[in-house]
Amino acid sequence: MDMQTLQTLLWTLAKIFIIIIPITLTVAYYTYAERKVIGYMQSRIGPNRVGPWGLLQPFADVFKLLFKEIILPANANKFLFYLAPVLTLGPALAAWAVVPFSDWLILADINASLLYVLALTSMGVYGIIVAGWASNSKYAFLGALRSAAQIISYEIAMGFALVCVLIAAGDISLKGIVEAQQGGVFDWFWLPLLPMFMVYFISGVAETNRAPFDVAEGESEIVAGFHVEYAGAAFAVFFLAEYANMILISALTALLFAGGWLSPFENVPVLGGTLLATHGIGWFLAKTVFFMFFFLWFRATFPRYRYDQIMRLGWKVLIPITIVWVVVAAVLVLTGAIVRGS
Amino acid sequence: MTAVTRYLRSLMLVELFRGLSVTWRHMVAPKFTLNYPEEKTPKSNRFRGLHALRRYPNGEERCIACKLCEAVCPALAITIDSEQRDDGTRRTTRYDIDLFKCIYCGFCEESCPVDSIVETDFHEYHFENRGENIVSKQQLLALGDRFETSIAAARRQDAAYR
Amino acid sequence: MTAIELVFYLFSTVLTLSALAVITVRNAVYAALFLVLAFFSSAAIWMLLEVEFLAITLVLVYVGAVMVLFLFVVMMLDMNSERVREGFARYLPVGILVALIMAGELMFVIWTKGAEKLPLPPGQSDAGANTALLGERLYTAYLYPFEIAAVILLVGIVAAIALTHTGRNPNTRYQDPSRQVSTRREDRVRIVSMPGAGSKSAEERS
Repeated sequence: MDMQTLQTLLWTLAKIFIIIIPITLTVAYYTYAERKVIGYMQSRIGPNRVGPWGLLQPFADVFKLLFKEIILPANANKFLFYLAPVLTLGPALAAWAVVPFSDWLILADINASLLYVLALTSMGVYGIIVAGWASNSKYAFLGALRSAAQIISYEIAMGFALVCVLIAAGDISLKGIVEAQQGGVFDWFWLPLLPMFMVYFISGVAETNRAPFDVAEGESEIVAGFHVEYAGAAFAVFFLAEYANMILISALTALLFAGGWLSPFENVPVLGGTLLATHGIGWFLAKTVFFMFFFLWFRATFPRYRYDQIMRLGWKVLIPITIVWVVVAAVLVLTGAIVRGS
Repeated sequence: MTAVTRYLRSLMLVELFRGLSVTWRHMVAPKFTLNYPEEKTPKSNRFRGLHALRRYPNGEERCIACKLCEAVCPALAITIDSEQRDDGTRRTTRYDIDLFKCIYCGFCEESCPVDSIVETDFHEYHFENRGENIVSKQQLLALGDRFETSIAAARRQDAAYR
Repeated sequence: MTAIELVFYLFSTVLTLSALAVITVRNAVYAALFLVLAFFSSAAIWMLLEVEFLAITLVLVYVGAVMVLFLFVVMMLDMNSERVREGFARYLPVGILVALIMAGELMFVIWTKGAEKLPLPPGQSDAGANTALLGERLYTAYLYPFEIAAVILLVGIVAAIALTHTGRNPNTRYQDPSRQVSTRREDRVRIVSMPGAGSKSAEERS
């Protein structure tokens, strides 16, 4: 292997770490934010003991989990039991490879990046299924079955919502989709594709097994679902994957429906020339955080859906709406109501 | 409400947004949580916490071993032995309270004719070994010495109602 | 051997081995997982040919959806692996015959047309050409075959459901979620004003 290849390899590795380490830190503080936000919504104040305002709480949690023993249940399938957390985390992190943080800040600028993300998020379910099966526990198994059926169902609605975005943008790469939304807040796709925006976000919540769609964990009836037998670092990996997926869904919503790194003040008369109107990674991160907040807000607000209601919502409500809106979006593009990259 | 408006309302997620607004209002509302070890709620002067045996100002212990508290205690938490002292007065040789049995009802305090056994407002105590739950006479007297000012203040405040 | 070739041989080895494992392992769940690995490796090989759209679609459809359902079913069935293996020797000749015929067909195509007449697909000249070209061909030149394939799939779905759906058992109690969720407070709760302190008694009002 010559120097050139080695250099490229090392540089790519460095870039991967530049993306993964902030994501891991974000996950740590996302758990902190979750406890704080939900606490505030329940008229409590959340963790405030470890460090000032409890800011070191995530590290305390991480160290506690890392020092705990990973317990292997009796008659569990050892290999698959240890493989499952990795299978969950891998896709959750790999999807970040194609996420454009700004118009030049992308690890891999591939053409079919939207499809790539969709393919990888759909693979996350393997970790859950394998975990449920390998644990040799009926609660874990029920959680795995629920999660498998739920993710398959909502992926269809999600896919159709994305088809609408593709129709509106006329491009299949995430970068191209963002560039097609130029022009200001009302040119972003959330407005012309408002129902799809809703459907996408709801499906995203369901895909990540978060409340109110968290029947895969379902504490009240199946204890903790697929990860009931996991402890210590293995559980931490599941946790990391779940939160990384939530951040990913938020980032994708920001990219697909809220203009990614585009500034909302682009064509506003007074602010037009100021710093606020410049595009950049800051806007993308702000929008991502905005959508991340909704995950916590939902969890604090809505009670868990019953399983058959989840299936009904996915198949009988969301999918028909998306199919109708595929046609509507096509008509909107044909009539010029959606202008690509004005 | 007709079926059409119902349908539209469910399609517009009206009720979900109303639910979200409720949680939002709670999030921005002021919180009433006290940071416990640093902040504490005010306690009533009738608060019934850990027990103590009081002394007279001249240092003589109040308890005359009448055993009324032992008799009234509904949880049978108090054990008293007594004997005659050299000066002819009756005093306890043993005054044990089992804090695991005690239900902190305050009957001992009520029944005491000399205001000897009292319940202080001190409630932040713990045991680290088996057996420590049984508090002896010496410990109770020491507690009485330690909290005498607060005990006396609480009794003075409540005197009008006794 | 270039890096690309190295990667190709790596993935094809994994593909062949996992495909072999699918039919040899005793545990049905292992078999399904090896099939996932096989799909994944073939997607990687397609990626080497720079047909990223097809490669990702393979992962999306087969790995992400079809195999999940497979696993779903395989995990729920308590399969007796011994009984399944009983017929292995009996069906082996037929299996070998089918494999030989398929291999022969492949060879026939390559020999008659010649390997040089089946060139590698051209690499992407510009961004997104692959996906765009595929879409253009499918929706213009091959529109009717494409639509017919879709209709045949739909018929297949309908047929499968019609064959297996035996109708609802009248002895089983079902819940109807759509009726349940459309219930309003007004349907269930009746607000009755009861005579209490300060209000008129029941006799006076009636």
